Amino acid sequence: MILDSKIPAGPLAEKWTKHKFNSKLVNPANKRKYDVIVVGTGLAGASAAASLAELGYNVKAFTFHDSPRRAHSIAAQGGINAAKNYQNDGDSIYRLFYDTIKGGDYRSREGNVYRLAEVSVKIIDQCVAQGVPFAREYGGLLANRSFGGAQVSRTFYARGQTGQQLLLGAYSALSRQVANGKVKLYPRTEMMDVVMVDGQARGIVTRNLITGAVETHAAHAVLLCTGGYGNVFFLSTNAMGCNVTAAWRAHKRGAYFANPCFTQIHPTCIPVSGDHQSKLTLMSESLRNDGRVWVPASKENAEKLRKGQIKVSDLKEEDRDYFLERKYPSFGNLVPRDVASRNAKEACDDGRGVNETGEAVFLDFRDAIKRDGKAVIESKYGNLFDMYKQITGEDPYTSPMMIYPAVHYTMGGLWVDYNLMTTIPGLYCLGEANFSDHGANRLGASALMQGLADGYFVIPYTIGDYLAQTPPKKVDETHPEFAKVAQEVKNRISQLLNIDGKQTIDHFHKKLGKIMWNYCGMARTAEGLAKAKAEIKALKKEFWSDVKVLGTNEELNLSLEKAHRVADFLELGELMVDDALNRNESCGGHFREEYQTPEGEALRDDENFAYVAAWKYMGEGQEEELNKEPLIFENVKLTQRSYK
Amino acid sequence: MKLTLKIWRQKNASDKGGFATYPVDHVSKDMSFLEMLDVLNEELTEKGEDPVHFDHDCREGICGTCSLVINGKPHGPLQTTTCQLHMRSFEDGQSITIEPWRAKAFPVVKDLVVDRYAFDRIIQAGGYVNINTGGVPDANEIPIPKTIADLAMDAAQCIGCGACVAACKNASAMLFTSAKVSQLALLPQGQVERKTRVEKMVAQMDAEGFGACTNTGACEAECPKGISLTNIARMNREYFSASLTSENV
Ligand SMILES: Cc1cc2nc3c(=O)[nH]c(=O)nc-3n(C[C@H](O)[C@H](O)[C@H](O)COP(=O)(O)OP(=O)(O)OC[C@H]3O[C@@H](n4cnc5c(N)ncnc54)[C@H](O)[C@@H]3O)c2cc1C
Ligand code: SF4
Ligand code: FES
Repeated sequence: MILDSKIPAGPLAEKWTKHKFNSKLVNPANKRKYDVIVVGTGLAGASAAASLAELGYNVKAFTFHDSPRRAHSIAAQGGINAAKNYQNDGDSIYRLFYDTIKGGDYRSREGNVYRLAEVSVKIIDQCVAQGVPFAREYGGLLANRSFGGAQVSRTFYARGQTGQQLLLGAYSALSRQVANGKVKLYPRTEMMDVVMVDGQARGIVTRNLITGAVETHAAHAVLLCTGGYGNVFFLSTNAMGCNVTAAWRAHKRGAYFANPCFTQIHPTCIPVSGDHQSKLTLMSESLRNDGRVWVPASKENAEKLRKGQIKVSDLKEEDRDYFLERKYPSFGNLVPRDVASRNAKEACDDGRGVNETGEAVFLDFRDAIKRDGKAVIESKYGNLFDMYKQITGEDPYTSPMMIYPAVHYTMGGLWVDYNLMTTIPGLYCLGEANFSDHGANRLGASALMQGLADGYFVIPYTIGDYLAQTPPKKVDETHPEFAKVAQEVKNRISQLLNIDGKQTIDHFHKKLGKIMWNYCGMARTAEGLAKAKAEIKALKKEFWSDVKVLGTNEELNLSLEKAHRVADFLELGELMVDDALNRNESCGGHFREEYQTPEGEALRDDENFAYVAAWKYMGEGQEEELNKEPLIFENVKLTQRSYK
Repeated sequence: MKLTLKIWRQKNASDKGGFATYPVDHVSKDMSFLEMLDVLNEELTEKGEDPVHFDHDCREGICGTCSLVINGKPHGPLQTTTCQLHMRSFEDGQSITIEPWRAKAFPVVKDLVVDRYAFDRIIQAGGYVNINTGGVPDANEIPIPKTIADLAMDAAQCIGCGACVAACKNASAMLFTSAKVSQLALLPQGQVERKTRVEKMVAQMDAEGFGACTNTGACEAECPKGISLTNIARMNREYFSASLTSENV
């Protein structure tokens, strides 16, 4: 299949305006004849559901959470980017576009990224109008901070709880439409599959998580806004419930999966403390504005520190290696995440890591506190410092934080065109669940921007173009395809409940996580990936013969929910490995040890790999088929990324 | 550490429910409270017993999902969320009682899981600014004094966990409701519907069966996000002035 990105022709800055004009419209009176299903009510889903309902469409919104306000978006701390240039420091739409393309190591589409930068400014307006209490200066205007990969201050924030405030804003807009009767909300309801009729997405099958009832829902279009799949690694900064199931089931029905191996490992997370660990906690990137990253300059001192023979305060200035400032003088501690993570790993691999495990580096606020005073630092990062103290038992005001990289975000996801439509007509994908805008590495504060751009300002236009060409008469739930897919879902449920094996679900999830982290994590090799593939295959087989899923379908059953998700992670894991193995280059978060510059930086191969790898599911046990969407750069020159 | 857990088990909403006792050992001080329960659940599963169901998601103290009453206190001994509580707050050999939120408006679904849809319905009654997507003014068009923005943010930090309700002997939802009312009453964007909003949200709160506020302050004392009682005072003022000059027709 030829993948048509549907990027409009013409100058970059005019593409979106022209595209909107060329899109067909559904007239206001006809909108109420169309039903749209939105799966997921995080930033992307809630903003889309609310905006579509405002336009007049009938929306059904689904979430496995008990309330839309619990979506994982709530956990985003640091901020949201927008090219407002309120600081008069040289920002512009073009600069945000350029930073994002470069930050993504030239593996995203110019057209998409430019549109993202273009609508970013409207997002801030919208959120302020909703009553989102962004941080302000004494004069009453909005405050900004800077984030990695940028030399301007364009990040808007609400203390350390930006995601929470943005989600509550979108949730309030959604709640308003629930009250108006334009959105019907289905909490604690998990989408289990997509229903297709004549090649078009026509609805979904769900499981009511309280009663176990398997139900069908028909609509004219289906939007998947179901978030990222970082939990394939078991340990990540994602919430416990994050999963790939919705996207994966759609993939098995024909939606291509793009760049699955592009994973972001975030440099500033609290290090692992033991085997019981269930998740990793992110310390916001904004901390790198004031915190300085370092390790002891010598292995000897690092070892003494680990053994507790010396204290941090015993190390003089010349004994400390501020490795990011040393290697990247112009960006310093604010290099992009992939670069910061890789350098931390390098320092630890070199034997200079700290913490008992040797798998940590310092993030030090001593100098910032000396410069600005404790009160200023507290006002900026108070809640983060408290959180750190609560988890580790140590006080970052007096001793430096210890951090280590952890899985954080997935740039890969369902392939979508410029309209956010997957390869299945009528099936759209928004937010972290799609692959669209971040290339091989996402810049900080850009996921919130993308989720809200997709939901508030892109889908309301692009879905009209599709619906205008779809007759209002709906294929409803009585179509035999609905009963058929529902039966398949029920069969899978009973299959899982009947295996009656000996191993717990977490046993498999943890094992998968280890394989992924060791071979498909921060550094990858062809040899390791081949090994990972074999191990995942074996693990998958073991899962289906030896997993123990307790209870029945007809009740709230957390084991059953988790079993479905882990089963899908096992399949996804294999595809991630295939994708990483296929990409014989290093770019952004994908670092293949075989491909690096003499200084150890990622070495791209633009001649052979400037494409989106979109994988097509070929059936149980079959290798997936690779489809390539070439990336065409008309405006930026591809260069070796440099943050020196 | 070795501990004895007394946990509320209830098969479903109609089951009567009761306590079951589980001894656990190999608990480390660095574990979070929920990780300690994960370990128990792994053991129960291995033995073929139904694991203890409890709500949780972010495990970072922000989603508001976790909701356990620990030794009689919502979210346990510290003023934090259950998920941010670590075992270093407990003593070796201690016995710990774990119950769900108890309130008429929060029916138990299973074990420690309750249904908090009532909170969503309070927000649906008016916890928003009535604007559509698009067509709004530039974000810097209306300056907002930093002190006001900060106060609004203090209120907006509520995570909707419901500990305030669980802590209150009347199961009142005043702290939760007043946090949203305050946020929007403080900000210029919330002025247009200031009066109708408070009236509708309070009416919904009453309709859900939450109790009255008798100013004991138990809610504030247990709130993991430090939502202050001054929000309740502000809501009372808002409500009083709205009822004098009601715009609800
Ligand atoms: C700790 C942390 C901090 C972050 N900080 C920042 C930051 O400062 N700035 C930034 O830009 N980005 C940040 N990010 C990234 C950003 O938060 C996420 O990428 C973004 O919020 C994802 O939004 P979403 O709407 O796509 O998905 P989510 O918010 O994850 O929502 C997914 C929704 O889908 C539902 N769902 C999933 N599967 C199903 C199913 N099968 N059936 C029914 N419902 C389903 C869920 O219930 C939920 O409602 C951070 C991420 C983490 C982990
Ligand atoms: S006011 Fe506090 S205790 Fe009540 S729901 Fe909000 S955060 Fe929880
Ligand atoms: S699990 Fe999210 S607040 Fe505790």
